[in-house]
Amino acid sequence: MQGPLFDSFAGRGLSRRGFLKYCATLASLLALPPSAGRAMAEALAAARRPSVIWLPFQECTGCTESITRSHTPTIEGMIFDMVSLDYQETLMAAAGHQAEQALAKAVEDNKGKFLLIVDGSVATGLEGAYSCIAGKTNLALLKELAPHAAAIVAMGSCASYGGIPKANPNPTGAVAVSDIVKDKPIVNIPGCPPIPVVMTAVLAHFLTFGRLPELDRLGRPKAFYGETIHDRCYRRPFYDQGKFAKTFDDEGARNGWCLFELGCKGPVTYNACAHVKWNDHTSWPVESGHGCLGCSEPDFWDAGSFYKALSMPANPLKTVVPAAAVGVAAGVAVTWYNRSHKAAARKAHETAGVADLEK
Amino acid sequence: MTELQLLTWARGTGLNIALSIFVLGVIWRLVEIYGLGRKQDLAPARHRDGASGWNTILRRSLAPPGLFKRSPITYIGGYVFHLGLAIVVFLFAPHIKLIQGLVGLSWPGLPSQLIDLVTVVTLAALLVVLWDRIVKPVKRYLSNFEDWITWLVTFLPVLTGYLAVKHLFLPYTTLLALHILSAELLLVVLPFTKLFHAFTSFGSRWYNGAINGHRGVPT
Repeated sequence: MQGPLFDSFAGRGLSRRGFLKYCATLASLLALPPSAGRAMAEALAAARRPSVIWLPFQECTGCTESITRSHTPTIEGMIFDMVSLDYQETLMAAAGHQAEQALAKAVEDNKGKFLLIVDGSVATGLEGAYSCIAGKTNLALLKELAPHAAAIVAMGSCASYGGIPKANPNPTGAVAVSDIVKDKPIVNIPGCPPIPVVMTAVLAHFLTFGRLPELDRLGRPKAFYGETIHDRCYRRPFYDQGKFAKTFDDEGARNGWCLFELGCKGPVTYNACAHVKWNDHTSWPVESGHGCLGCSEPDFWDAGSFYKALSMPANPLKTVVPAAAVGVAAGVAVTWYNRSHKAAARKAHETAGVADLEK
Repeated sequence: MTELQLLTWARGTGLNIALSIFVLGVIWRLVEIYGLGRKQDLAPARHRDGASGWNTILRRSLAPPGLFKRSPITYIGGYVFHLGLAIVVFLFAPHIKLIQGLVGLSWPGLPSQLIDLVTVVTLAALLVVLWDRIVKPVKRYLSNFEDWITWLVTFLPVLTGYLAVKHLFLPYTTLLALHILSAELLLVVLPFTKLFHAFTSFGSRWYNGAINGHRGVPT
């Protein structure tokens, strides 16, 4: 199944012009200089398709659902033309022992060269027994395969940061891939789910340059996670003018004003939704009238209500009334002490006479 | 700990702890002060206490004759930063939202551009009074640790708030967290330092005026 990519593109009726345009699009999405488009085209045309192994751990299949809705390039294009997706439980036709054989063969044939994609968090509680595939815990599988991978892509917020399984009280002891694997290049593509084109663009970058794109300090590709939703939001002018929707159906909401007061987490969320958008660039959550949940940030699930403004207290104030009671008690106690001290002083007071002065 | 986790802590647990200490401290000290009591005064009042009390509140808010000329920075700087703080804290729309979220009360705010201007002026006034405290030998001699630390905890929330609104130097998430944390530090420190004058200064002025009026020294 492996061979130069351009041959398979040509076989599918893709013109050289179309191919160059496609590479230029990817390069611009990754914020690379225009010359990179050409480099990408040359590299992709000559590249042999690398093996990709996709491991689903504690996840909801949302990330897979998302990538199958990727439009540029399409998932079909990715699977058949750019990469050799040798193991992906949800998408592969094989099941049971056949699937396991495919996995073992892919690892054996591509040792040190394959790209390992993980979606879902890694359960560590009960030695990882909360989540198993073919009798093996996710934890064991990751530790077994990671040393042989060229690089690891943590797909989605769960694999990147632990995500919803890690939400308080984290019953399964869920952790991120980067908490387990320390000695391999890891790129985090957080989001619940991540934007499809971000996933595919990162894969394309890896295919072209043989390495992962530039990452920020949370291991995310800078090209897509360099700016906040708020900074790129088309509703931002309303924020600056102080025009806010107060409810989801008031005049402000109908006029498309800022959703900050309805709990939008755009100001603290780094992602590309505002300019890349979803569903073939059709729309995105804020455009559909709902605030950003901040799903691509670590521990977003525990960051207070989705519908409370960021400047508002996350928890109702439960401790203030007991604190006031303690304050009253402390004040009364100190007052009692002061008064008894004063009374004692008055009692101990002795009147001094002239005779005392002459002593 | 990431910046979002820091912000989550500041908005949640941190705010609860700070507000609890604040409420506890304020109530404790008010009960203590009013619980001190005074000896019963058996002499008949020479003048009506109340009017004298109110008059003193007003009079002591103004500079006594001659003093304004001798230390204008103290008076102008002091007035500017106190009024600035009151405007920024109570008339900035997000702060009103916060108070509304806590106790349900709300009132109209000022436009954010005006708040920006007031914030810059407040910061400048705070820096000027600090500079004055440092360069004037007498003031410097009279200053102790508490004076410096109370200046710092007053200055920090204004500075971090301005940086957060303007998105300067650090990511907004970090700055918002730092702003909330610095305001929490102010809340914790306030009841136990000279900053408690926010609760006592008018009361003590009224008391002094009233007692003087009672004794026949009306103001």
